[in-house]
Amino acid sequence: MLTVEELNKIRESKKNIVSMRNENADNKSGYKYQVLVCGGTGCHSSGSQKVIDTLNDEIAKHQLEKDVKIVRTGCFGLCSLGPIMIVYPEGAFYARVQPEEIHEIVEEHLINGNVVKKYLYESTVCDDGSVKSLQETDFYKKQLRVALKNCGVIDPEDIEEYIATDGYQALAKVLTTMTPDDVIKVMLDSGLRGRGGGGFPTGRKWAFAKASQSDQKYVCCNADEGDPGAFMDRSILEGDPHTVLEAMAIAGYTIGANKGYIYVRAEYPVAVHRLDVAIEQAKEYGLLGEGIFGTDFSFDIELRLGAGAFVCGEETALMTSIEGHRGEPRPRPPFPAVKGLFGKPTILNNVETYANVCKIILNGPEWFASMGTETSKGTKVFALGGKITNVGLVEVPMGTTLREIVEEIGGGVPNGKKFKAAQTGGPSGGCIPACHIDVPIDYDNLIKLGSMMGSGGLIVMDEDTCMVDIAKFFLEFTVDESCGKCTPCRIGTRRLYQFIEKITNGEGEPEDLDKIRELCKHMQSTSLCALGQTTPNPVISTMRYFADEYLAHVKDKTCPAGVCKNLLSYEIIPDLCKGCTLCARNCPADAISGSVKQPHKIDRTKCIKCGLCMRNCKFNAIIKK
Amino acid sequence: MYQKPVIPFKGTKAQEAELREYIELEKVQPGALMPVLQKAQEIYGYLPIEVQTIIADELGISLSEVYGVATFYSQFSLNPKGEHRISICLGTACYVKGADKILEGLEKTLGIKCGECTPDGVFSLDSCRCVGACGLAPVMMVDDDVYGRMTVDQIDGILQKYTKKRRK
Repeated sequence: MLTVEELNKIRESKKNIVSMRNENADNKSGYKYQVLVCGGTGCHSSGSQKVIDTLNDEIAKHQLEKDVKIVRTGCFGLCSLGPIMIVYPEGAFYARVQPEEIHEIVEEHLINGNVVKKYLYESTVCDDGSVKSLQETDFYKKQLRVALKNCGVIDPEDIEEYIATDGYQALAKVLTTMTPDDVIKVMLDSGLRGRGGGGFPTGRKWAFAKASQSDQKYVCCNADEGDPGAFMDRSILEGDPHTVLEAMAIAGYTIGANKGYIYVRAEYPVAVHRLDVAIEQAKEYGLLGEGIFGTDFSFDIELRLGAGAFVCGEETALMTSIEGHRGEPRPRPPFPAVKGLFGKPTILNNVETYANVCKIILNGPEWFASMGTETSKGTKVFALGGKITNVGLVEVPMGTTLREIVEEIGGGVPNGKKFKAAQTGGPSGGCIPACHIDVPIDYDNLIKLGSMMGSGGLIVMDEDTCMVDIAKFFLEFTVDESCGKCTPCRIGTRRLYQFIEKITNGEGEPEDLDKIRELCKHMQSTSLCALGQTTPNPVISTMRYFADEYLAHVKDKTCPAGVCKNLLSYEIIPDLCKGCTLCARNCPADAISGSVKQPHKIDRTKCIKCGLCMRNCKFNAIIKK
Repeated sequence: MYQKPVIPFKGTKAQEAELREYIELEKVQPGALMPVLQKAQEIYGYLPIEVQTIIADELGISLSEVYGVATFYSQFSLNPKGEHRISICLGTACYVKGADKILEGLEKTLGIKCGECTPDGVFSLDSCRCVGACGLAPVMMVDDDVYGRMTVDQIDGILQKYTKKRRK
């Protein structure tokens, strides 16, 4: 068991090693270089393990072990540039690193001391050839990292590196100097709201659970990140797992619980592994278990793997699933704070919420409340994806505008296309059209726009995206994921899907639009849980902002974005066609006819609209209408 | 509705012993059914009715309860999977980048529909919801290998890697 003094000793002994990972810091680590390689899922998938292996071989070959430290970290955020490698003290940011390039980087940079500019991320190399700091690039300049503070900085599988960045100090402070009521007051004063979607004040949730009388209470962590296209929770678990464990222990002390469960998606093997390692290490150091820091507070955490059900992100369904049943939601009240897991008072918070807790305890509620807007304090992590140049993870203060996120940080829409809308909140959210791009993003503004914060997925769409098709995509998802317990959701999702499918097939009638609106209203007001209540959101929101697109599908039987197959036709422009016969030879349906060197023709009755001819045509003679 | 699978159950004594041993360890825990099903799927690759029966007996709960949970979660499969499991991500980020076209291409190349297994048992094809590698969209996974920034043209080459491995 560790005492607070011993914790401080570890911090002091490792501090210099971690503090070197900042280009402005003095290097007192004892190493000449530290090489940080991202080991998050994005970079791991693009081959970062091979980069680390090659790096280790090269280092051994040149006997540089004493001078160079290699650290496998969590996510840096710029997933589309993976595998990513940063070399300190310079802070040189190498992007899309290939194992073949390692040899040159080791010899030129780590031995001769010259940064290999050709392999750097282009945005860090200025026109005059000088290298600028990563923090000055468009992607990082406007970001403010609170929840992601340690991601991409420390080795998530080494508890001592976490301790070196003031890890477990918040728990020590809480256990030795604060009462549970003090903690609740700090959380309330900070204005922290749940980052999982609902935005309920965290301090109030904890206060309710503390007030419930029971022999046993539980603390749960929702790491069942089900929103397709969101990966901020995964990145926190992979990059800084201990911050979640520490915050859960603090929550346990506050409400009077000695047991915690983390419900994590089985589809995140890297995160599961790092959590396993972190829990093991925390137990070994006595930071979880009996009598933490010599107090009489005990706390244990167990992992439970989700098995792929979106509805288990709903709090009561998640608890039913941990209990070993079908993950179906229960009616509320009673709320989990009164009767939750195994019938005992329980709090459930999302990963990102927990990632803010320790920093609030250490830096004070005023510090946290100084960031953000009037009603939404702090920062928010967004998973930026879709049609955008810099795909990745960004953390910005609440109140940042969508324009700043998409155009400045995200680098805008690629291929010269026009920004059409951004989708937030996943299958429960809605879209924000281009006309609202300057609205500051916080919980309340998003609700006003008919969307919601959700967990923080932010998918950018350009002019080639059909909004009716996107509504259909989300409905297909919710039809699959509705648990079937209540009728409005089970039948409503399917009927809604059938309406939209009818429209995308070109069979929609004007009165369908009214029927859709009515059905949406019923689902919102009568479904048992948030899944059914929010399923209509993507439909309502696209109908609100893109009514003309729906009308084009229903009345003119066309799809303006050129996505809905049944409403499309391919045509050959005779003037551009050289009669090369390539399209006719490749057509899987034999729908194209014509003789050599003569313009060809597509038979619309035979065409299956696969688009192969258009992709293959070397003269751009085939168009989609 | 339960349908008897075409492929007969081929579980071994050793597999059964491993499962029973795990259940013995876990059953004191509240809510043990999910971890047990996950372990069983790890051992057998899928959850045939024979395996569910063992679990129901050992945990002292009804088979219908086990079956209810096994069919609720998409991770559990009642049918055997191919030797190489292909899954194509249909999460939002991948979808916006044309993952549906990759799926279509795979269905055409393999001659099976999503959720099925090729008759020779080499490949099975499934869709999944977001592997979290949205930066590489569209993404396809074969077993544990991730292929990012997929195009339809790459399908043949990637599949060949696995059929070749098999011949060796």
